[in-house]
Amino acid sequence: MANKPIGIEVSLAVAEAVKLCDTDVVAAYPITPQTHIVEHLSELVADGTLNAAYIPVESEHSAMSACIGSSAAGARTFTATSSQGLALMNEMIYIAPTLRTPIVLLVANRALSAPINIWNDHSDIMSVRDAGWIALFAENGQEALDLTIMSFRIGEHPEVRLPVSLNIDGFTLSHFIEPILIPEKAQVDAFLPPNQAEIKLDISKPLSIGLLGTPENFTEIKKATDDLLVNSKKHIVSVFGEFEKSFGRKYNLVETYRHEDAEIIILTMGSISETAMTAVDEMREAGQKVGLVRLRLWRPFPTEELRAALAKAKAVAVIDRHLVMGAPYGPVCLEIKSILYDSPQPPKVFNFILGLGGRDVRRADFKTTVERVKSAKDSQSSFEILGVLE
Amino acid sequence: MRAADVPYEKVTAKTFPKGPDSLASGHRACQGCGEVLALRLLLKSLGTDFIAVSATGCMEVCTSTFPQSSWRMPWLHVAFENAAAVASGVESAVNILRKKGKGPDKRIPVVAVAGDGGTADIGLQALSGALERHHRDFIYVCLDNEAYMNTGIQRSSATPFGANTTTSPVGSHSQGQNTWKKNMPAIAAAHGVPYVATASPAFHLDLMNKIRRAAAIEGPAYLHVYAPCPTGWRMKPELAVECSRLVVNSRIFPLYEVLDGHYVLNRKIDNPIPVTDYLKQQGRFRHLKPEDIEKIQARVNQEYENLVKLSEAFPV
Repeated sequence: MANKPIGIEVSLAVAEAVKLCDTDVVAAYPITPQTHIVEHLSELVADGTLNAAYIPVESEHSAMSACIGSSAAGARTFTATSSQGLALMNEMIYIAPTLRTPIVLLVANRALSAPINIWNDHSDIMSVRDAGWIALFAENGQEALDLTIMSFRIGEHPEVRLPVSLNIDGFTLSHFIEPILIPEKAQVDAFLPPNQAEIKLDISKPLSIGLLGTPENFTEIKKATDDLLVNSKKHIVSVFGEFEKSFGRKYNLVETYRHEDAEIIILTMGSISETAMTAVDEMREAGQKVGLVRLRLWRPFPTEELRAALAKAKAVAVIDRHLVMGAPYGPVCLEIKSILYDSPQPPKVFNFILGLGGRDVRRADFKTTVERVKSAKDSQSSFEILGVLE
Repeated sequence: MRAADVPYEKVTAKTFPKGPDSLASGHRACQGCGEVLALRLLLKSLGTDFIAVSATGCMEVCTSTFPQSSWRMPWLHVAFENAAAVASGVESAVNILRKKGKGPDKRIPVVAVAGDGGTADIGLQALSGALERHHRDFIYVCLDNEAYMNTGIQRSSATPFGANTTTSPVGSHSQGQNTWKKNMPAIAAAHGVPYVATASPAFHLDLMNKIRRAAAIEGPAYLHVYAPCPTGWRMKPELAVECSRLVVNSRIFPLYEVLDGHYVLNRKIDNPIPVTDYLKQQGRFRHLKPEDIEKIQARVNQEYENLVKLSEAFPV
């Protein structure tokens, strides 16, 4: 193992991970804030460091289309996008899982228009919540690199064969320079087997992919895709375990921080979790029993792990980075409420919308959420968009 | 090597490929469908050592209802507007895997097949991107039946002037389609690709040789294939081949190739039949008045002359 972390921009570290994975095809279209990743990848291809086909497609729709074609032909396939780019891919995003085309899609999360906004929130990935992709969230640069490598192994697992989206917060993670351990190529080779696609476009074994489904079989085909996604959880756990054995860094589907005796738990996804940890430390110093639970795996939803992590809490403050228009709660909170409904003594669940369109998320914001939870009256709404200017 | 000089094995009456069709029978195309006839001949010409990518449309729907498929080569359908983009992903994958020693060590053509709507309208951007990127083993086939037939005969930008469709209906204020057919081969040729050709199933050896030539030439190729639709054109099903001949002999759909920008008129029509002989067989043109037909005739004459001039100005 390279023993020393190097200071590197997180986007570049992700691109280095894609290189270490011997990716065969990259099809991508530029969009802020994902661009540094694909710029670096095209440099790596241009200087021969990465032996891959780089397809400079004319849109994100074509990027995902080309990725599906490439994956169906048996190639290890990567793309990256953000915001409107993911929205333009939407139609293809829904097709990839049922066609069993593993693709690693790095989403540098950015708000969806309008108004047009290049900064970070989670509205882009939430727009493809139901599509059938595995969805992971990285908290920091090391996770972004490690999860890139793991995403290929998870998606290409013979019993998974599904596309994986890896989410990193745009700018606040993608553009930061962090100390990151870059593994040796041999280590990655030992961890990541070659992509062995049994079902692929092969002239020696011709088959048809993408047939027309009818009312007689559509339900069964959709259920089969959902089963695959749900069952992928155990393989994700085992890949995390294998990764720990190879690289010594432990990953869980749900991470916890000072939550054991916590009465109030803050629940987050993505890079704001580091800020939340500092806020938890400060609140603990002030004698408050506050802890943090962080979702690393968003799809398939880690229901059992979350129920366990929240079992002892009196209240949960769920932080959402996306406003679901017309709905009672944000997307993460909707899930939390639904999985806790059947619990014998569920904690009270509060929902706070934070950090939309790049608005800064500070330690003070997490403290405010805890204050709100503590002072909540029964008649009070459990939903709040925090810090709205009058 | 110049595209015009690239050798390929010619299909003749004597060397007509034997054995089963690459597109199996039993598909659900309409009676007398000229599109599936063209597709069957094109695929037969290539054998099965290639990969096909279909856009959503008549040819995809009628050949691939789960769990059945007519396609005897590896085949992929993803969506409507992106056959060119999907095929460019397949082509890039096949070639990089070959380069890395992880795939068969030979050229494998990737053939994208789409209708006129999937090409000239919703798929134009993806096609333009793929042609511009110059994929080496990429062939795009537009099977042009001149409207959205799969969804019920709606007009496309490839629908000819005057045609009655369900979204360019004839009415007291309308004579049917009020715009001229988009010139897709010219658009493809403007990308500077090595090979563009038009073909009609009535001239089946010409059609079959054009896809062989497309496969032999390195670089993207675009084939624009006339694909009569008796159902959508309100025409007797037995007339598909006949109208595929008339459309050429009337100069409405000239057969030509563009090789590295050089034009070859494959069939000079010195004594054209009047366009009305072609139009009168089809119910979609039944409402046209003599002055409309005159307008169409004038346009056909002009476009044919332009093509002759191109072939004289830029000969192979």
